Parts: sequence; C-alpha cells; structure tokens
Amino acid sequence: MARRARQPGFRRNRNPVTWLLRHAQMSLASLGRLSRSPVSTLMTAAVIGIALALPSGLHLLVDNVRQLSSSWDGSASISLFLADAVSDEQAATVREQVARRPDVAEAQLISRSAALDEFRRLSGFGQAIELLDHNPLPAVVLVRPAPTVQDADAVGRMAAELQNYREIELAQVDLQWVERLGAITGAIERAVLILAVLLAGAVLLIVGNTVRLEIQNRHSEIEIVKLVGGTDAFIRRPFLYEGLWYGLLGAAIALTLVLTALYLLDGPVERLAGLYQSTFSLDVLDPISLFGMLIGGPALGLAGAWLAVGRHLAQVQPE
Amino acid sequence: MIRFDNVAKRYATGHEGLSGVDLHLETGEMAFLTGHSGAGKSTLLKLIGLLERATRGQVWVNERNLNKLRARDVPYHRREVGMIFQDHRLLHDRTVFDNIALPLVVAGMGHAEVTRRVRAALDKVGLLKKDKVFPISLSGGEQQRVGIARALVSKPPVLLADEPTGNLDPELSREIMDLFVQFNQVGVTLLVATHDVELISRLGKRIIKLRDGRVAADSGADG
Repeated sequence: MARRARQPGFRRNRNPVTWLLRHAQMSLASLGRLSRSPVSTLMTAAVIGIALALPSGLHLLVDNVRQLSSSWDGSASISLFLADAVSDEQAATVREQVARRPDVAEAQLISRSAALDEFRRLSGFGQAIELLDHNPLPAVVLVRPAPTVQDADAVGRMAAELQNYREIELAQVDLQWVERLGAITGAIERAVLILAVLLAGAVLLIVGNTVRLEIQNRHSEIEIVKLVGGTDAFIRRPFLYEGLWYGLLGAAIALTLVLTALYLLDGPVERLAGLYQSTFSLDVLDPISLFGMLIGGPALGLAGAWLAVGRHLAQVQPE
Repeated sequence: MIRFDNVAKRYATGHEGLSGVDLHLETGEMAFLTGHSGAGKSTLLKLIGLLERATRGQVWVNERNLNKLRARDVPYHRREVGMIFQDHRLLHDRTVFDNIALPLVVAGMGHAEVTRRVRAALDKVGLLKKDKVFPISLSGGEQQRVGIARALVSKPPVLLADEPTGNLDPELSREIMDLFVQFNQVGVTLLVATHDVELISRLGKRIIKLRDGRVAADSGADG
C-alpha cells in the first residue's frame, strides 16, 4: 500500500436542505422526549419560569413607578409667593409678566383675599383667622411650566430665575419627594438588575444540571451512537434542543405569570390611582421585560445545555 | 484494507495489550483472530475501530493512517467499519428497526432510504418480521443478529466482530459464522475474533493466532 502525504478524505453531508431537515426532526424529537415525562418537564420549566418572571415583573413594576413619577415631574408647578408690600394691581402685572415667558404654560394668580377665602374654607381655622386684624397670607402666582421644561433640574433653574423678580419673595418648587422617588426607583432598578443576573445564573445551572442528568441517563445510548459513527455535533444536538425547549417553556410560563400578576394588580392600582385623581393605570409589558423573557429564556436554556454537554459529553467514550 | 506496522498498545495501567504486531488483510479477505483471553484480540479490533489508539507503530485502514486521523474524523472512520460485539450493545428502549437504523440516521440519511436499507438488512439476518419488537423480547441469537444487521446496514467495507458467538450454542454459532461467510462473498473485509477454534477450522479461512500481544501463528501470513 502506497503511503501518501495526504489521506483520502471522508465524504461529508453538506447539503443545507437535508441539514435543516435533520435539525427540524431533531428538535421535534427532543420535544417529544420531553413530552413523554410531562410532570418533571413542567416542574423544571416552572422553576425556570419563576426565575424569569421575577426580574421581568419587578422591572415592569419599577418601570411603571418611574413613568408615574415622571408624569408628576412634568406637571410640577412653582409657587411664587409675592412680597407683602405688593398690591393686587402689581400682583396682576407680575402674573402677566410671568405668563409671557416662553417657558411658562400657565400662570394663575391667587390674590391675598382669595387665598384667605380658600384657607378659611379648607383649613378649619376660619374662626381663628377672624381674630387677626389683617390678612397674613401672601398673594401667590401658581406657575405651570411649559411642556418644554421636562426634568426636575430645569424646573429648579426656572424657579431660580423667577426668584430674581423684585416682587417675588419666594419661588418654591415642591419636587424633592419626586426626586427621592426617582432615586429610590433607581436603586430598586439596580437591585432588579442584580437579581436578574443571579436568576439568569440559576436558570443556567438548572438547565445545565437537568441536561447533565439526561446525559447520565442516556450514557449507553451516547456510547452506541459514537460506535456507529455519530459525530459530536449529532450527539450534542438533542441535548441543546432540550435546553432550548426548557428555556422556551420557561419563558411561556414566565409570560403567563407576569400577565396574570398584571391582571390581578390592575383593579387595585386603578382604585389607588382614582383616589389620587389620576388616570394612571398599569402598563402592559414593556419591550425589555418581554424580550428578556422570550429571548433570554431560550438563550439561557441553550447556554446551560451547552455548558453541560461540553463538560460531560467528552467523558462518554465507547469501549 | 487493514495493515498493522509494528503496532504496540500499552494501557495507562502499564498493561501491554499488543507488542509489535505486523498484519495485513487484503480487501475482501476474511480472517479469524484467535488466542486466549488477554492475548490481545479485543485490543487489536479496538485499534481498527479507533476505540483505542496505538502507542507505537502504525495502523492503516482503507488507505488511511489512523495515527494521523483527527478526532473530528473518527466518526466518519467508524462509519466505514461495522462493529459487532459479544454483548450486542443494542438500545433496549428502541425497536429492532430503530436499532438497525441508527447508523443511517447518524449519517443523515432520508427516511425512505433508511426504511429500504433496514428492511434489506433485516432480510439478510432473517428477522424481517421482528422489526417492531424490542430487543429484550428476542433470544440471544436473535439479538446478535440485530447487532450484525446494524453493523452491515450502512454497507461498510470492513466488518469487525469481537466474540460474536461467545454466548451462543454451537448451532446458532454456526449460523452466525455462515452469515459472515455470506457477507465476505459479496466483498466485505471481515476480521472475527473468537476462541472457538473448532467452529472456524471447518470454514477454511485464514486464522491469526495471538499470544501475549504478538502474532504467534498466521495461516495466511503474506500469502
């Protein structure tokens, strides 16, 4: 036999159509295998589903709170307390001046007497007020910033400018609590991110472990497939599809959980919003949560399976 | 078709499975490998199927130097070498049909072709009516014939059998050997390890005797 530098090559199947067909068959076969043990499959998928639903749901919640606070942010008003010496006519002029500013949507004057009336009506100290010999309340111009003034910082700058008017004693923005709320949601958002990373790791481990057990169960099968010439890719494939299906099932369960939670929360939230004269209602799923579940789930499943297969398949060798 | 050049195999335990084996099997030749257990019969077959690699020397199968074969080529090499084992190595959760179809499925063959070939293989080993049965409900001889059908279904140029009749009574053993002779008649190169000298002597085929990892006698050496 002549010795050649180059060995005769092997015939490999490189037809993309048959390749796709084999993949489709393999994916269905994996699904079929999973469906043959529905209880354990569903249990694994449910664990993945909960792990996916938690960060997604929390993210959705934070997102909603943020939207709520930003809508308050936008409608923040500035109260301009006029100096004591300013007469009613001067107050009206100040209101007009302020109203002409481009960054002001609306300016409303509450004269000293109107303020007193309101105080009498609402405070319950009406009779005490009668005892005073003069009206202690200043005139107030309520300013609603134009929609161009969006964030809390801009509103703050605007208040500082208004403070410069001679007639205005104090320009007060009550935004602090909105800022605090923003800071809190920011912190919670970070916590949700950390949670999401941890739970993604958990999903990897769950799928990885499930696939590892499956590899152990099918040890002799893998051995025989290797004996009759199965490539590593061929042997890997059903396990990868299994991971993918677990991830997809988990994502479907997560989606169901989050949608159910939204449905259950919708009524109470609307009632709460009603108490604050707000038309706020819970948002439907935002794209990040949705993609996090539907893409992240299968991707994590696949990655978990890949890790397990990479570690354990090489150890199975026929003898 | 099969050639060993001064081949040695030392296991990690220090045990020397083969030491300095030279051997040449022509295409279409049929030979028996005999010797006591531990003489190196299984090791020799494993080197051909690349279940083990030689620690020294060179093994050539089908004009390929197995030493130079990369790991990713090993599956393709195994598709050209049908292997039959004493313990059959069947999948007990799959039907006879699916067991025999496995090498074809692994090679990515289409359904119609798989069915045609599996039926042909079943016909050859006389198990046409047992295709939907699970291996566990078959007798030992029948299970071995399923193993043989699986080895030949992809029409490999080389068939190896390691003690294929080890657990069978003389009559079944003779049937199995007759099957092998039939395959050889259509051009398949066969190497069968067995200790049943009485059974093979009547077949008049080449007999290679191993002792302590060396070729002790070869009825057809370079002949």
